Amino acid sequence: MFTFAGKLRINNFSCIMANVIKIKKGLDINLKGKASEALIAGGKSDSYAIVPDSYNGIFPKVVAKVGDKVKAGSALMIDKNHPEIKFVSPVSGEVTAVNRGEKRKVLSIVVRPDGEMAYEDFGKKSVASLKGEEVKDALLNAGMWPFIKQRPYDIVANPAEAPRDIFVSAFYSAPLAPNFEFILKGQEADFQAGLDALAKLTAGKVYVGVRSGSAVKNMKGVEIVEVEGPHPAANVGVQINHIKPINKGEVVWTVNPADVIVMGRLFNKGVADFSRLVVITGSETTERGYIKTIAGCTIKSLVGGKVLDGEHIRIISGNVLTGTKVGMDDYLMAYDNQITVIPEGDEVHEFLGFAMPRLNQFSVSHSYCSWLMGKKEYVIDARVKGGKRAMIMSNEYDKVFPMDIYPEYLLKAIIAFDIDKMENLGIYEVAPEDFALCEFVDASKIELQKIVRDGLNLLYKEMN
Amino acid sequence: MKALRNYLDKIKPNFEEGGKLAMFRSVFDGFETFLFVPNTTSKTGVHIHDSIDSKRVMTVVIIALLPALLFGMYNVGYQHNLAIGSDPGFWMTFLFGFLAVLPKIIVSYVVGLGIEFAVAQWKKEEIQEGFLVSGILIPMIVPVDTPLWMIAVATAFAVIFAKEVFGGTGYNIFNVALVTRAFLFFAYPTAMSGDQVWVRTADTFGLGAGQVVDGFSAATPLGIAKVATTATPEYPWSFSDMVFGFIPGSIGETSVIAIAIGAVILLLTNIASWKTMFSVFIGGALMAIVFNVAGPDTATAQMPWYMHLALGGFAFGAVFMATDPVTSARTETGKYIYGFLVGAMAIIIRVLNPGYPEGMMLAILLMNVFAPLIDYYVVDANINRRLNRVKLNK
Repeated sequence: MFTFAGKLRINNFSCIMANVIKIKKGLDINLKGKASEALIAGGKSDSYAIVPDSYNGIFPKVVAKVGDKVKAGSALMIDKNHPEIKFVSPVSGEVTAVNRGEKRKVLSIVVRPDGEMAYEDFGKKSVASLKGEEVKDALLNAGMWPFIKQRPYDIVANPAEAPRDIFVSAFYSAPLAPNFEFILKGQEADFQAGLDALAKLTAGKVYVGVRSGSAVKNMKGVEIVEVEGPHPAANVGVQINHIKPINKGEVVWTVNPADVIVMGRLFNKGVADFSRLVVITGSETTERGYIKTIAGCTIKSLVGGKVLDGEHIRIISGNVLTGTKVGMDDYLMAYDNQITVIPEGDEVHEFLGFAMPRLNQFSVSHSYCSWLMGKKEYVIDARVKGGKRAMIMSNEYDKVFPMDIYPEYLLKAIIAFDIDKMENLGIYEVAPEDFALCEFVDASKIELQKIVRDGLNLLYKEMN
Repeated sequence: MKALRNYLDKIKPNFEEGGKLAMFRSVFDGFETFLFVPNTTSKTGVHIHDSIDSKRVMTVVIIALLPALLFGMYNVGYQHNLAIGSDPGFWMTFLFGFLAVLPKIIVSYVVGLGIEFAVAQWKKEEIQEGFLVSGILIPMIVPVDTPLWMIAVATAFAVIFAKEVFGGTGYNIFNVALVTRAFLFFAYPTAMSGDQVWVRTADTFGLGAGQVVDGFSAATPLGIAKVATTATPEYPWSFSDMVFGFIPGSIGETSVIAIAIGAVILLLTNIASWKTMFSVFIGGALMAIVFNVAGPDTATAQMPWYMHLALGGFAFGAVFMATDPVTSARTETGKYIYGFLVGAMAIIIRVLNPGYPEGMMLAILLMNVFAPLIDYYVVDANINRRLNRVKLNK
């Protein structure tokens, strides 16, 4: 039954024509501190670690002991519920610590590299000759499986399930995010192999979202979908919602594009080579660019000496919308290939800020002047800039939420934990990152991503 | 500012848990966050936030209300001068109105904010700024001669029973200022309607004393239309008087021009929804035209649509009351329907109800009740689309 309201909503929304998705809603936050497309020095880390908090939906069980000698590709940790899912050391060396927090929660498993970089040999394989099960086993054994996430729930994929389709969003649109075309240069064969491997894992299609003019368009054996529009155009959830939305009972998998390259390397070279490019960005950095490093390196190895002095800075593993706050001694989170450094802002006291013009501040609200300022770059600090309130303004979230979902009503259903309503309103289609922009623009300063994450976790428990 | 900040930092420990003034923590908090933007930084989720917050939103609404408020003050003096047949000049006219209105603003703020502060402290919550707008709306939608004690009682009733019992700002079903108005309207009808209350004929603090001229009437245009025996009564004002607002009426509602300035501010800043606002006018205009064509042969039914929109609280309600995001429809499609029905209902009440000359207040309150229902059906369409997708796949 199509109602009048429904039709209006669809017109408002977007259209898919010849594999082009035009996204109108969204927001590009023009932050200061863009990186140039050049490699810079750094990335030599004196320790590497697996941080279980990087992953959702797993129950970590440490399988390596302190003092063990490991190679790159040796298992350090498995998922208790799915022991076949391994989390492997990115480098060869010695396990030096298993750091635990409250209730013995595993915080990190640390490996000190020996400098030789010995790899576990998984054997070179031609993906074309492999069966789906063989591809799956290869990925599981080499510790590549955690790269694959599933929706519903936005958790590490369950290897026992068959995904309807697999989605890869092969570009980034978040503030200051890396340029995937730059990352891809010279890695095209590995990327293709990775995509081929994914294609073996599903009876459906592998959809790859790209910007127009992307080199990814040359990739074979996948369904290329061109995406136009502002952030969150690159959010895979947005693309899924436009290409082929997830229905109740269906499972789709998603993989970050940079991680597809690592997967491809496994088949082309036969080793678990977790090296990756990480982009250093943000207004509080002194040197910006791409650093070649290995997953799990320390933050210090990436931004040490490249950050403005002072206590009042915030280092983020990832981007400003979805990243994790880290310190110099912490480690790069598993899915991230970006570091952003912004001012913390905790020493700032703005007098009567709510009534001032605040010409240098960014806001989507026209009660500030940033909508008249054109392409100005902004330095935005980590202050919340207001008190937490009930949802007062309407249509704030919708304007930056380009999915056929009513974000406010879904959020309210999550807060009330009304499972029927959550299902009806599209909980299975979303991940916390899809609500990041809503959280940014929210005048009521509600922690929306946390609400969604907690809701998904609770729902997963209820359903399984 | 540094000195003020240092002073706040110095006295702050007294108000924290265990401090000797801990019972006033919310009040201190309220003043501190009023003076300085809180410097708390994000703990989870996004690391940067938009500079907008609810204080900014409320500030913009108050700024948008100022033209109507200032004109309303002038008009109070202007109408008084007409009544006593004197002309003390622009500034004295404004001063008369200013002194007449100011006590109402003070009473409404003191009573309303007092209750808000007490409740916030009791619930150990931050003080919310919603009443900053309600508190200025209330004096603007009452007749100038409303006794202060009535405003105090009605404000207390509305803040407690229309807002706090529902959970505070953001959870209320009815527009708080309109509940205040409705309480006054039904509890003290003689002070809120008729042809005596709209113009102050007595002096204000000794200012502007004088004898009421012969043949003076303080009836509002809508009041005249209501009791008129012909379909085309004679109004003592020109249409331009009605647009500029030189007519008797509630303090802030008379000037379409001043309200339009407020509307422009609200729309330019995107604080109010143009969808709601324009739908109200369209609904009102269409309903008025329907009555012109097919309505009874009364003055209100035969009033041209543009007069309907210019008179009474129609424009004020459309711009400042119907657009209240908390009590109006929250879906974009819903806003068209909600606004249209507010406008249409206001005219229906004006024309068909024999007792009330004005229908805007009741129309908005009525639609406040229906707003969630409208949204329910709009969201339901989305739900059905999702359910159909599953069916199509099978």
